[in-house]
Amino acid sequence: MALKPFKTIGIGVTFSPNLKANIYEASRLSFMFQSKLVLIHVGEKTSEKESEFQNILEPFLTQGLNYEIVFKPGNPVDVILSISDNKHVDLLILGALQRENFLKYYVGSIARKITRQAKCSVLLLIKPAAERIPCQHIVVNGLKDPKTKQTIDTAFYVAHQLKSGRITIVEEINQDEVDVRVDDDKSMRKATIVKERIKLRETSRIKEIIENIPVEHTTDITIKSQAIFGKQGYSIGHYAQIVRADLLVMNAPSKMTFWDRLFPHDIEHILTELPTDVLLIQ
Amino acid sequence: MSPKKNNFVGFLKTIPKNIFSGFVVSLIALPLGLGLAMASDAPPIAGIITAIVGGVLVSILGGSHVTITGPGNGMVGVLLVAITTLGLESAYAAIICSGVLVIILGFLRLGKLANFFPSSAIQGMLAAIGLIILAKQFHIMLAHRITEEDTLDYLLKIPFTINDAMHYTKPGLIYAAIIGVISFGIMLFYSKIRNKYLQLIPAPMWIVILSIGFSYYFEFIVHEKNPIDTSYMISGIPDIQTIIAELPIIDFSKIGEPTFWASVIALTLIASIESLLSIKAVDKLDPQKRRSNVNRDLKALGLASVGSGFLGGLNVVTVIARSSVNVNNGGSNRSSNFFHALFLVIFIVLFSTQLQRIPLPALMAILVYTGYKLASPDTVRKIFSIGKEQLIIFFVTLFVTLKVGLITGITSGVVVTLIIHIILNKGVSLFARNLLKPNVLMYEEGFGNYYVSVKHFCSFLNFYKLKENLDAIPENQDVIVDFSLCEFVDHTVMESLHDYQELFTKRDGHFEVVGLDMHDTDSKHPFALRRLLPVPNLIKNNLTKRQATIEELAKDYELKYSAKKEKETHFLDHFLFFRTKKINHIYNQLSNSDGNMSLFDIEFSEGEFIAKEVVRSTMLHINLEQQIPEFTLDREGFLERVYAFAGFKDIPIQEHSDFSRRFFLLGEDEAGIKKFFNDDLIHFFESNPYYHVESNGSSLLVFGKERLASIKEIKVLFDFGKRLKQVNS
Repeated sequence: MALKPFKTIGIGVTFSPNLKANIYEASRLSFMFQSKLVLIHVGEKTSEKESEFQNILEPFLTQGLNYEIVFKPGNPVDVILSISDNKHVDLLILGALQRENFLKYYVGSIARKITRQAKCSVLLLIKPAAERIPCQHIVVNGLKDPKTKQTIDTAFYVAHQLKSGRITIVEEINQDEVDVRVDDDKSMRKATIVKERIKLRETSRIKEIIENIPVEHTTDITIKSQAIFGKQGYSIGHYAQIVRADLLVMNAPSKMTFWDRLFPHDIEHILTELPTDVLLIQ
Repeated sequence: MSPKKNNFVGFLKTIPKNIFSGFVVSLIALPLGLGLAMASDAPPIAGIITAIVGGVLVSILGGSHVTITGPGNGMVGVLLVAITTLGLESAYAAIICSGVLVIILGFLRLGKLANFFPSSAIQGMLAAIGLIILAKQFHIMLAHRITEEDTLDYLLKIPFTINDAMHYTKPGLIYAAIIGVISFGIMLFYSKIRNKYLQLIPAPMWIVILSIGFSYYFEFIVHEKNPIDTSYMISGIPDIQTIIAELPIIDFSKIGEPTFWASVIALTLIASIESLLSIKAVDKLDPQKRRSNVNRDLKALGLASVGSGFLGGLNVVTVIARSSVNVNNGGSNRSSNFFHALFLVIFIVLFSTQLQRIPLPALMAILVYTGYKLASPDTVRKIFSIGKEQLIIFFVTLFVTLKVGLITGITSGVVVTLIIHIILNKGVSLFARNLLKPNVLMYEEGFGNYYVSVKHFCSFLNFYKLKENLDAIPENQDVIVDFSLCEFVDHTVMESLHDYQELFTKRDGHFEVVGLDMHDTDSKHPFALRRLLPVPNLIKNNLTKRQATIEELAKDYELKYSAKKEKETHFLDHFLFFRTKKINHIYNQLSNSDGNMSLFDIEFSEGEFIAKEVVRSTMLHINLEQQIPEFTLDREGFLERVYAFAGFKDIPIQEHSDFSRRFFLLGEDEAGIKKFFNDDLIHFFESNPYYHVESNGSSLLVFGKERLASIKEIKVLFDFGKRLKQVNS
């Protein structure tokens, strides 16, 4: 699969205290990726609403922002999904909610539904701000998965566009893969050897992916790879939180069934507990 | 890794030592087995059968290394209930069923079961078991048999029994009570007397030997009947033929009744918890620092319980006191457990009639002491110092266990702990939301450097997740456990982490807990806070007279003196002497200006539980500039000859037969040691007072007696060290 640059960025907008910050973030990203910005508002079109959006967009318009505002009433999930489809949005931006009194973020129910069904990449922002906070460290998953190659490619593309200095590729290795239970010294030695072997294998796999990335995307970026033994999808969020990453790039979820939601795994953990800004690559 | 054949040869070499330690263990297992079985209302021989079946099966199939198996003191309470409610024959059936359940636990890899209980609740349960044993047997120890409804009544009757015992008129009872009191005294003061020859035989065996001797004295010398009332003599010890011929009838007819299964579950739970706790504690004592395979051990213990039940024995569990005796006497692998069983068979075959000469009060004194150790006021004090809420958990568990039963007791302990945690965190949301999340992240940062981060909360509810990760790290590596993302850490976790810390330090690793500083200022986390910062002792400058004199001496000799308790004693871990001992702290440290010679008081303990002895001694540690061979030098004596018999080798030095006769020299590198002990050094040792001198390759440890040295002895010791260093260089 070839790298899909973000030509069109979409964002759902409502009149909330975060409106200004959301639009500012989206506009900045549009500039950085040199893409078109689509503001999606669920509701009837009125001139007051339009002028208010225009007002907020004012500073960016003078710099030549290419934008479009779409109004459509209906079910928010359906509206946002269908418009993203129609307008060929490559990256959809959604804001996260903050748990009261805690510095913890989670994805609200509407955004969660959109995330699960979106056909484009999704960026979940935990702290949209009017002022730009530079993105310095990107953590990306290196799962053994067909999607991973594109995810890593995109992560480098994003890092290049956002001028991030550091990328850590995390290989989450499922405990089941080790297949040796640590009971005593003997099994411990065995497990350590097996883990070491898996680590080497994973690292060489990641290395191969990196070698195929366009050179202009990898220059000036410190690349590190880290193997983690733990629950897939969850441990990487934990890791991103510990290393204080600014962006976590992950594979988009595969098909979701009812059971996946009941017994959360992979992406669902991240959605209930956002460690940082998360970019899901489709 | 060494080839298989070498392993086998190495195993053969350890056999003599293991026979020896198996023998010593059997000396303690015999009286304990009899007593524990009687306390559970089972025939006395059942305890011995348990130990024999356990010793044979678990030593062959088990997954631990230096543990001893047999009847456990924790089991007394549940067995008593099972036997009184079900009757002995159905109780055997219950034991067999619980054995099967334990096997299943092993296959389900539930060796982590013990981690699911808050440590204060377990402490409370153990204390309750101790009280159950103590309360009932105390009366028999004073030859005053009474029957009461429950344990609390037995406890309340203790003063009346003491009063009655003062006013006995029947000589049979008086003798019985006196024997009981003397035996209790032996148990109490045995560890205080540091005499090598006395210590060769464990205290319970002294009681057995003395009481059998007492009965023979009356029979052969005074030619009278044993003055102890016959109802207070042990009875019903069959000889070996009867044991084999008359297997007990096992009655499975009650298998449909709920009381039967209540007993089975209680037996299973307590048997596995006691075994798991013991294995954990014994692993810490293992000089070879091996890790036990607990799940395999559980399977073996379960199978042994099934076998034991069929043969008329009780549940087989891992027992801590006997295991620690095993370690202290040089037991190095499972064969010592096997030999302990073998010696018990020999005892029963040869001495089953002699065993009938043991008076009951003597045996019960051993049990009263065991019970006292389980429920000692020290435990309460320790728990109080951790936090008041822990005391609530402890006492709730204790009282409910005594009043209702073990299962209800431990359940109530868990519930109370949970309620306290919820109150402290002002709501259930923290626990409810995060209980199922995989909250632990572990990865290798660099080579041999592991980082573990814990999120949300970490308590007895989800400690197993952290434990799984910690267990996967080799103990000689560096670990950092970070709690900065964790809002709540409970006492159970802090205590277990402390154990890990000890384990890693002992095996040359490094284990550090970080990220709890914020919790202090937060003050939302009293558990963590109190565990981390025990209230510093404010009254520090009150020196004792001895300390003041040492301080003076330091000034005189231009030495540095520090009275502070120093916990950092890793530099001592590599001495052979401390391989099976646990160092608590060193204090009253004197060191010379360049810091390569230091003299200190040290407190260490050997053994665990009823075999635990806390020893204080004064030692001298000398850092050497050059490498020397590792060796141990002590005076030759009877004990060393016994050890030599058990496979420890004395290295003879040619042309110095006097030295070889007077000193006992041990070490691996025989050639190197022979070269190192040149004429000067030998003359030095020959012409100076005896000390135990030990080298770990780069430093020397010198000490005299296993007690604190007087000021004069300190001077002599320091001078000895100085001159030894000169001879050496």
